[in-house]
Order: sequence, then structure tokens, then C-alpha cells
Amino acid sequence: MELVCPAGNLPTFQLAVDKGADAVYIGFKDNTNARHFSGLNFNDKKALRAIKYAQDNGTKLFVAINTYAQQDNIQQWRTAVDRVADIGADALIAADLSVMDYATSKYPNIPIHLSVQGSATNYAALEFYVDRFNIRRAVLPRVLSLKQVKQVAESNKVDVEVFGFGSLCIMAEGRCYLSSYMTGESPNTQGVCSPAKYVEWKEQGDVLESRLNDVVIDRYGPGEKAGYPTLCKGRFEAEGKTYHVLEEPTSLNTLNILPELHKAGVKAIKIEGRQRSPAYVGQVVGIWREAIDRLMANPADFKTEAQWFSTLQTLSEGAQTTLGAYSRPWQ
Amino acid sequence: MTQAQPTKISLAPLPYFWPKDRVLAFYQEVAKSDVDVVYLGETVCSKRRELRLDDWFEIAGHLVEHGKEVVLSTLALIEAESELHSLKQLCTRAAEDGYLVEANDMAAVKYLSDLNAFFVIGPAMNIYNADSLAVLAESGAIRWLPQLEMAGDQVAAIVADYKASQLKTIETEIMAYGHMTLAYSARCYTARHYDYPKDQCKFICLEHPQGIKAKSQDGLEIFTLNGIQTQSGKCLNLLNQWQDLVAKGATHLRIVPEHDQVLEIVADLKQAMEAGENQVLPLKEQHCNGYWNRIAGMAVV
Repeated sequence: MELVCPAGNLPTFQLAVDKGADAVYIGFKDNTNARHFSGLNFNDKKALRAIKYAQDNGTKLFVAINTYAQQDNIQQWRTAVDRVADIGADALIAADLSVMDYATSKYPNIPIHLSVQGSATNYAALEFYVDRFNIRRAVLPRVLSLKQVKQVAESNKVDVEVFGFGSLCIMAEGRCYLSSYMTGESPNTQGVCSPAKYVEWKEQGDVLESRLNDVVIDRYGPGEKAGYPTLCKGRFEAEGKTYHVLEEPTSLNTLNILPELHKAGVKAIKIEGRQRSPAYVGQVVGIWREAIDRLMANPADFKTEAQWFSTLQTLSEGAQTTLGAYSRPWQ
Repeated sequence: MTQAQPTKISLAPLPYFWPKDRVLAFYQEVAKSDVDVVYLGETVCSKRRELRLDDWFEIAGHLVEHGKEVVLSTLALIEAESELHSLKQLCTRAAEDGYLVEANDMAAVKYLSDLNAFFVIGPAMNIYNADSLAVLAESGAIRWLPQLEMAGDQVAAIVADYKASQLKTIETEIMAYGHMTLAYSARCYTARHYDYPKDQCKFICLEHPQGIKAKSQDGLEIFTLNGIQTQSGKCLNLLNQWQDLVAKGATHLRIVPEHDQVLEIVADLKQAMEAGENQVLPLKEQHCNGYWNRIAGMAVV
């Protein structure tokens, strides 16, 4: 079982490698990837240093080109694919049909992983991508139950990677346009969700209000912990009730079901968070390395450490974790 | 020179869970309406089974007798084995009976291309460029709906590029009226609103024939909850810009049947198109048209 870890810059990349990642994934400094945040990601020079560091340490490097190529600037996505080939990355993580089409026709030897943004949630969809683009792996959206993950993995169409830890998209990834509805920019088009430049904080008396492009996302009373106004995690009013209509601020943590995921045939566990600090990534990778090593050593008797959970808890959004779609109320 | 086909009016699949009697009565009216193309079927939730596959095909047959083109639409988010099974059944039967299918997931594309059947690329399929459109045309797509978040000039650029580079033609259907589906989740937000687990939802969405409105804490309607779908709070209205839609490549204008009055809107649109007028439905406060104009979807120009 492979541990796939995020890096938004070179120091984080090196730390992820040092802490035992089997593969580290990065993006380039433009909107061809779904973490297009300022100050983040790799230019050519940094990408080359990353691949050198990875190769020296026997770690793989994947590049995410997982936004959707926009018609008026399609060349930008093609150039990004060319750069993946140039640096000799171990895999291209892609979502857009045209990106995969370009990659397979020009660089048939680069393995393609279907990005979570490709939104394939069943084995028939995966078959399409295998037939058409010979994809080698698929990252599954965080909407499936354990039984459903099992069905996809057991169908054996392609290797399956699932998310282990990090911020939780509650919508089927690649099929959420809420951010562009509110701001004009979305994961699919700009590689952003609820972008920071539209965020505003207002204090009114002892109430702290967060807004996104002038829409009130949440209001916090005295003593309440305020969170980033990701629009699906705000408190809204429906039929007289004000609550987290879509989801509470929380992170996904699947440590508890790691043996089941392994048994189901899942080939890789992905850690979310290219936007996170080196300290965050280092801690999370360290814990998951230990967990996977322990599982591999003795799959029949896997025991977790209380300390893993308490540390991951402090690193979580709203200091809460959930099993997300693996938990009963979702199904 | 070939004569350009007149622009057609299409009716999207029903987005909300209505009782069977209401659905049957509605399509009786549709049969007599000005609609050219009717999309039928359940696209939101596999638990919604007021109508069975046989019922949908019966409605389809009735509509065809009244001169309508019928397209069977598929579920958008397919997770369970049972859902794949139903999907395959729908695709196979539609192909046998000679109906087009609207593919709303790549699984449908897989099944339909295996059947050598033509299909429509539904609105949740993420086509943002002409090359991607060509990939699916190769698999059998003959009509597509642009991603809702795309602007009019982007749609026009894709249509032009596709036309210039491909031998086959493709039809372009653009949504002109209705609440927009902006996200799909494993979670059912209607059940969550009632604190019901999804597998014990009691079909509570039957009580919300136009979804549940969610407002920001200062009163702005921002979302409409419809089962696993999160829809826009505002209603898309591009009806008065229908000439621009056609100029940018629309061969079909889509209207979402979200209330009983939509057939009046269809009639007004038809009349405006015949008269070459652009006033169909005045923009109201709860309307939006931002996406088409390359700004936030909820905005109004």
C-alpha cells in the first residue's frame, strides 16, 4: 500500500520524502492544478530539484494537472503536460479528457492517474478511461462507502487510490460549481474554491461575521472558534433553522478503517493538503508512515495509537475529524 | 447550401420528487405544449421510485405519438452496484427502442458506446473545450450541454473550434431557465435537514416539490436543497437573451420543469422566437444570469 503525500513547495517536498512518503504530488505555478494558491507550487527549476531529491531517495513524484483545460487557453494545459514529460515525473494526475488525450497521443509512456477531480465513482466509468486512455490508477471521490470502494477495487479495472486524511470535500469532486456561483472562480476552471481574495471579516458588536464575495457565510458569537469561510461549511438558514446546512467544518480521517481499505484491495492512500505548511505535512506523513508500516507487518492484528489520533485531531479543520462517506448517516 | 434548422425548445428531466399522479398529469400537458424535445427520467436519486422504468417508457411512447422527440436521462452520481445495473438496463432498452439517452456519468458513456448508440452529453459531464467534446463525439455523442459555469463567449469558441476541426456536426443545447444544479454529494441534504439518516429518509423530499430554500444569515437565498443536489438559490433566466444563445451556437434551448407554469414560459418563448422578439420573461429579483456573462453565477447583468 503506497503512501501518496502533498507538497506545495520544495521544503515540504523534501520533508515528505524524509518522513517516508512513497510518492509526493505537486502542481505547477498556474491554474492547471486544483490548488492554485498564491505563493504555492513549483516552477521548472524547483520541480527539477524536487525530482532529483525524489530520485536520490527512491521516492516517486507525481504532477497534478487536474483542472479542466479552458478553451481560450488550452495551450497552457498542453505546455504543462510537456513539462511533466520534460522533468521525467512518474505519473500525471489528470481530470480533463483533452489533457489525457494530448498526453496519451504525445507521451504514451507517462502513466496517467485519473484525478479525484475526474469524478469517476464506479467501475463502468473507470472502464471508459482505461479503454480510452489506458489509465493506470484512479483516485476515488470522497463520496463512496467502504462497500462501494470495495466493489470498485474488486472489479480490478485499475489500481485504486483513496483519501486518508485532510480537508474534506463533501461534494463529488469535479462536480461542484458552488464556488464559481458565488465568486466566478471554481476548482474546475481556476483551481480554487472559496478564494481568499473574496473573503472578508466584519466585527459587529461582539459578533464576528465571515463573508465570501459579500455573502454571509457564518457569524460567530463570543468564544466561538471562527473558521475559513469555505462556502459549503457555513451556517445558513433553512425553514427557520440556522445550522451547517451542508457540512460542519471537519477533516477526513480514515485511520480506523485502514485494514479494511487494505483488504478491499486499495493500492494507495492519499494525504490531502498541498496548501499546508511543512510542519503539518511532516507530522501527518510521519503518522501515516508508521500506521501503514505497522499494518503491512501484521495485517491481521492492526492496532492504532491514541497519540496518532490526538495529533491528527489538532491538525484538523475545526479540530474535528469524520469518516465522511464511510460513516452511516451519509449512506 | 443547407438550411439552418430552427432552434428547438427542450424540457429538462424533472429535478424534484413529485408524486406519480402529478408527473403523469404534467406530461399530459407537455404532450400538448410547444416543447420539441423532452428529457425523461430520474437523474437525482435512485431511491426515488414513484415511477418505474416501464412508466417512463410509457410516457415516452405517448409523447412520441404527439410528435415530441424523447431522450431518456440517466442518474448523475452512480455509486452502488444496483445503480449501475439500472443504468445498463435503461441504456439497453433505450437503444433497442430507438431513443436517445442523455449520459450524465461516464458509466453511461461506457455502456452506450458499447451498444454503438448515439447519446447526449448531459450538464454534469465537464466539457470545457472542443478537444474534450471531440473525444466524446468519437464515442457517439451527437449533442452536448455546456458546463453551466461557462460563459457565452467560451461556448461560442468551443462550437467554432469543433466545427472547424471535426467532420461530424454536433448539436449544442443551452440551459435558458431554471435553478442550476451546482453540486452532487453522497449526502442527502433534505434528509439531513430532518436529521434522518439517508437510508431512512422517509422520502421526505416528496414534501418539497420545489426543494428547500437555504438563506444566508442576512436573508439572501443562496442554495436550494434537492436531495443529494445543491442547486442555486436564484433561478437562471437567459430567456430574454435567447437570440444571443442562438448566435453563440445553441441549437436547443433548455427549460427546467420545476413548477407547473413552465409550459406558459415555453409558450412565451416560442411566441417570441417566431416573432423575433427578445422579451420573454422580465428579469426578477430572484433571477440570475452571471455565468453567461463571465462573472459570478449568482450575479445579474
